[in-house]
Amino acid sequence: MSRTGGKIVNALIYLFLILTAVVVIFPVLWIVLGAFTPGNTLNATKLIPDRFTLSHFENLFVETDFLLWYWNTLKIAVVNMVLSTFLVVTAAYAFSRFRFKGRRAGLMTMLVLQMFPSFMGMIAIYILLLQIGLLDNHWGLILVYAGGSIAGGAWLVKGYFDGLPKSLEDAAKIDGASNVKIFFKIMMPLSKPILVFVAVNNFIGPWMDFIFARLVLRSDANKTLAVGLFEFVTGRGNTEFTTFAAGAILVAIPITLVFVIFQRYIVEGLTAGANKG
Amino acid sequence: MQSKAFKAALLSFLFMGLGQIYNRQFVKGILYAILEIYILVFWTVPFQWAMWGLTTLGETPQKQEGFNIVQGDHSIFLMIEGIIFLIAAALLIWVYYLNIRDAYKVGKMRDKGETPHSFMQTLKNIWENGFPYLLLTPSIIFTAFLTVLPLIFGILLAFTNYSAPNHLPPKNLVDWVGLKTFFNLFQMEMWKDTFFGVLGWTIVWAIIATFSCFFMGLFMAIIINKRGIKLKKFWRGLFILPWAVPQFISLLVMRNIFNGEYGAINQYLQFFGLNGIEWLSNPTAAKIAIIVVNIWLGFPYWMVLMSGVMTNIDKSLYEAADVDGASGWQKFKTITMPIVMFSTSPLLIMQFAGNFNNFNVIYLFTQGGPANVNYHYAGHTDILISWIYKMTLDQSQFAMASVVAILVFIVVASFSIWNFRRTRAFKEEDMMS
Repeated sequence: MSRTGGKIVNALIYLFLILTAVVVIFPVLWIVLGAFTPGNTLNATKLIPDRFTLSHFENLFVETDFLLWYWNTLKIAVVNMVLSTFLVVTAAYAFSRFRFKGRRAGLMTMLVLQMFPSFMGMIAIYILLLQIGLLDNHWGLILVYAGGSIAGGAWLVKGYFDGLPKSLEDAAKIDGASNVKIFFKIMMPLSKPILVFVAVNNFIGPWMDFIFARLVLRSDANKTLAVGLFEFVTGRGNTEFTTFAAGAILVAIPITLVFVIFQRYIVEGLTAGANKG
Repeated sequence: MQSKAFKAALLSFLFMGLGQIYNRQFVKGILYAILEIYILVFWTVPFQWAMWGLTTLGETPQKQEGFNIVQGDHSIFLMIEGIIFLIAAALLIWVYYLNIRDAYKVGKMRDKGETPHSFMQTLKNIWENGFPYLLLTPSIIFTAFLTVLPLIFGILLAFTNYSAPNHLPPKNLVDWVGLKTFFNLFQMEMWKDTFFGVLGWTIVWAIIATFSCFFMGLFMAIIINKRGIKLKKFWRGLFILPWAVPQFISLLVMRNIFNGEYGAINQYLQFFGLNGIEWLSNPTAAKIAIIVVNIWLGFPYWMVLMSGVMTNIDKSLYEAADVDGASGWQKFKTITMPIVMFSTSPLLIMQFAGNFNNFNVIYLFTQGGPANVNYHYAGHTDILISWIYKMTLDQSQFAMASVVAILVFIVVASFSIWNFRRTRAFKEEDMMS
């Protein structure tokens, strides 16, 4: 390869990278500018507005239930993270480290269950929550999330547990350590990456989910952010893009940060999910 | 003479706990007996009612007498109740079986002359050997009520006529209709056209969406990893952005950017004197837009994975190739590509299954639109899963939605099982044994 040829290729690559960067950044820029531009819509040909405004944020806090939605979502996310991680880890530990009657059947059931489209059970879940009075209630939604996370999550974590050496546990058992102690003192520290992955996933889930949130939560005061923001741009007030943008920024910043901080675990977890089945 | 084991088992078979009492395990026996008495006294009649409800789905429709509405049977509540009772009955039968087996085992111990455990010993035993069951109990309860029960219900719905406008409780009753809804889907012109039309687009979408992101990610990983390209970390960090930003936000923003009237893209086109494109109301344009948006969303995932794989490839392989005088292309074709494909192809299949049911991208971006007059309740960009969602939530076509959901399940399940059988986990003996 000649020198100039190599240079031209590199120049083309840089050009392509810069173009891609523009395409990647544009929607992000669009939403950031939208949040600070006066009026309801954005003028694409004059991206930088004459003046910036904070009125959309003010609008969010004063006119809408945005803060309440934020609090709802945070609450649901934290409780779901704790509950789901607990359920997933206990089930995975049982399947990975014990040989008991019904284990094979249990594993097969989990494998099949996670293949069903999740909203096949939607109508039933709706009626069930209605019956036990948990419709339009945050606990109802948390139960739905936690129930849905078990099958897939337990498979993943079980796969990870299987890869950990058993010798440490055997040694601890000989020393007379109980099952509970072995679990907390040996298994938990060793499996930190996958636990972080499961926890982060279950924390982020409620911020993103809109299908079940819209099904379960009915009243304005109980909504989560995804439902509230969706209605800003698709409801009657279809033109409130700038208000939506302001809200979206306030959601995106913490979630993006969580993602960036835990990125290593997320990539690892996703890869593990594919290889270990 | 009959053994104590046989007698104990027989007694426990006749009435829970009798065998245990015969074995002189009084506390355990009495607890078992109380359980059976409690169930017989309080649950026999409700159980009969529930089974009546499940088989008939109610017989009295809602009536109007003058200005008063007299409530009839609510078929769907009856059905759910019936399923709950069935699950409970299955659990009870299992407990009954445990009770008989326990009596038999303890009886056998006594035959051998051993003394049966005291109640405290039993509890201790349960704590030690039953530990996995203890761990699993919460998950089993959650899964039974929030996953298994809804799924059974969903599957059963496909064999009823639960749908608007004539079979919606509480106003009307719902009936079992067998396979009629399945036949409707494949025989009635409009349902058939909708199903095959939507299925076709779903498959096209899943294939294009998966491979476009895959190759875009591969391409980005290659050029960023190329020797002589500076700021590798910067580019990689920048291009992760679409993955990191919450998906529903990006999608709703994209929806605004692609808007036909005031969207950014059309504003630019008009600025250059071109006609704007009706992105979201022209079927072909909408399909192209959705695929482009999906590439934007999906390529970073592959880029990150493949960058990881590429940086981990043993450098000596390339050095050896250099010694043999291989060209850049040859090195790529014989070293990089096979290794990347080997470690990412299982994910490719998972992504395909994921895209097949990628509700979020479709629904948040186009909501399935633009509308298609030849379809029942589906638009041009609807995939099967978003069609099911619309039939369920907007149109109350529950029976048909369940039929389609079962078909979707069959497709996704065959893919997953095929993929699973190839994985390491399946081939390892210990996995399932």
